[in-house]
Amino acid sequence: MSYIHNSILSRWITGIIQNRKAVTGVVIILLFIFIGIFGPFITQDPTAFLSTPLSPPSWEHWLGTNGQGQDVLAQTISGARQTLLVGFTTGIMVVLIGALIGGISGYYGGRIDDLLSLLINVFLVMPGLPLMVILASWLPPGPGTLTGVLVLTGWAWNARVIRSQMMTFRSRDFVSAAIVSGERNIRIIVIEIMPRMLSLLASSFIGASIYAIGAQVGLEFLGLGDVSTITWGTNLYWASNDMALLTGSWWTFVPTGLSIAIVSFALTLINFGIDEVTNPRLISERVWRENIPTNKAINGITPVVKDHE
Amino acid sequence: MNHSLNYLLRRLGFYFIAAWAALTLNFFIPRLMPGDPAAIIFARFRGKLKPEAMNALRETFGLTDEPLLGQYWSYLKSILQGDLGISIAYFPEPVTSIISSALLWTIFLAGFSLIISFSLGTLLGTIIAWNRSGKLDSFLPPALAFIGAFPYFWLAMVALYIFGFELSWFPLGHAYGNDVTPGFNIPFILSALYHAALPALTMILVSLGGWMLSMRNIMITTLGTDYIAFAHAKGLSSRLIMLRYAARNAILPNFTGFGMALGFVLSGALLTEIIFSYPGQGYLLLQAVRAQDFPLMQGLFMTITFAVLAANWIVDILILFFDPRTRK
Repeated sequence: MSYIHNSILSRWITGIIQNRKAVTGVVIILLFIFIGIFGPFITQDPTAFLSTPLSPPSWEHWLGTNGQGQDVLAQTISGARQTLLVGFTTGIMVVLIGALIGGISGYYGGRIDDLLSLLINVFLVMPGLPLMVILASWLPPGPGTLTGVLVLTGWAWNARVIRSQMMTFRSRDFVSAAIVSGERNIRIIVIEIMPRMLSLLASSFIGASIYAIGAQVGLEFLGLGDVSTITWGTNLYWASNDMALLTGSWWTFVPTGLSIAIVSFALTLINFGIDEVTNPRLISERVWRENIPTNKAINGITPVVKDHE
Repeated sequence: MNHSLNYLLRRLGFYFIAAWAALTLNFFIPRLMPGDPAAIIFARFRGKLKPEAMNALRETFGLTDEPLLGQYWSYLKSILQGDLGISIAYFPEPVTSIISSALLWTIFLAGFSLIISFSLGTLLGTIIAWNRSGKLDSFLPPALAFIGAFPYFWLAMVALYIFGFELSWFPLGHAYGNDVTPGFNIPFILSALYHAALPALTMILVSLGGWMLSMRNIMITTLGTDYIAFAHAKGLSSRLIMLRYAARNAILPNFTGFGMALGFVLSGALLTEIIFSYPGQGYLLLQAVRAQDFPLMQGLFMTITFAVLAANWIVDILILFFDPRTRK
């Protein structure tokens, strides 16, 4: 069992390394993480008053200055740290909670499933942003509050996806075999099933991080973050507060917005890559295309193009 | 028919539970926060509020000396009577009257863009799934995925900057011009449409990709099924197969998604409205956040939740009509 399992894993890893989309995404993300960690040591002080407020890009200030006379480039770079930290932390927590609740719900079924699905569906149908706003406005502002609020409003989607995946695994033979051989439920869930959901968990993590970055920036833009810290969201908050639009100072909001978009897009690319490498239907389509004309044998993969339910 | 009725009632029951959960969250959030909610509010507004405003606030939150359960009951009772409390920022205006005028604008803007984006996205998804090796299929999905990566409101900011500020093609804000009188007359309707155009366009642009991709994926699965192969074998025209055979079935999950998307779209619309100073719920939300107007914020949460729940139920009814499998 573990032999097969390892070979699938190693095939995925080599597949992802060879996948152009995934590699592009990973390189961009690593670059931004690198900037987030080391960037603030190199740039000018992002909080210092350096030049006339709202001055356009120049040699001293490559991306101009904002309404407080602070360097926009330095602000964009130091904003990466907390934004990415909150984004990825939220991503991990959302997947953990989703796997826990969705996993239990899908594995046990019956009453437990009824109750937990109800909980999941209630959270799914509740509009996220207004709920985040009231939560964030009552709690003291800061990264901890943001993470908590984002996790509370974001876990349900993942729980639902993981639940339905768990339900299909629950009816597989290897799970029945494990139950018959007397393994404990916890062990079956954690050791037997979860590793097989790895690609789903990975893409859930990435999806949740994209959501977390977007929602966090939105909340901070509304002024619900700690506006004295420097993040991408507070950068946009100050840009809008300092009338960046009405004075035509595009350089105060374009760099931050582009950074957010590039990070989200890179994460989406990684998700496309994971999908291409691990989705049986896409694998088989690719394998058909590559191998059928030359009639080569395919190592261990059964081509599946149609859905026979 | 009995089965359908049963289904609708069950869904209605679920929405009641969801509404109750939202109400309960709304009640407990201020009370679960560290410290005493009354003390938090009063500390923030000390010296800024008149004594009668303070009293209204106390009443809104039911922060009396009653036990928690008693407070909860009187809270539920007042909500059922349509009483969401009194706004702090617009004292002594009740929250319901402030929200009701703004709600219409939000429903107009968000509903308008949601319907356009849904129809256009679904149609595009159908077409690119049909011509899967075409130019459109290799260009549109990545392009829209890239646009979708931008934060909703940020794209709106850039659009406002380019088309409103630099080119002056569109107005810089508000829902209608100063020179028209609100009412059912043609200048007002034209002005309202003109003012909604740019915010709606940005929202359509960002949400189009999602509809298109999900339609494309389901369409591809549907095109692989035997009954489509059979339809081809019968020699039916490809247009007929694409629209009447494949798309008609593939659209069903998208319909279910429609209800779910309402929540997201409304949330996104809130931020878009803020950028365009559009006098809907989002604009109010910003005012509420800025003024720390807790009753207004919670009222907005309640109305948006109820709107989303009601819309979901309507979608449930529509699905009964469109999908014969749900009414056996």
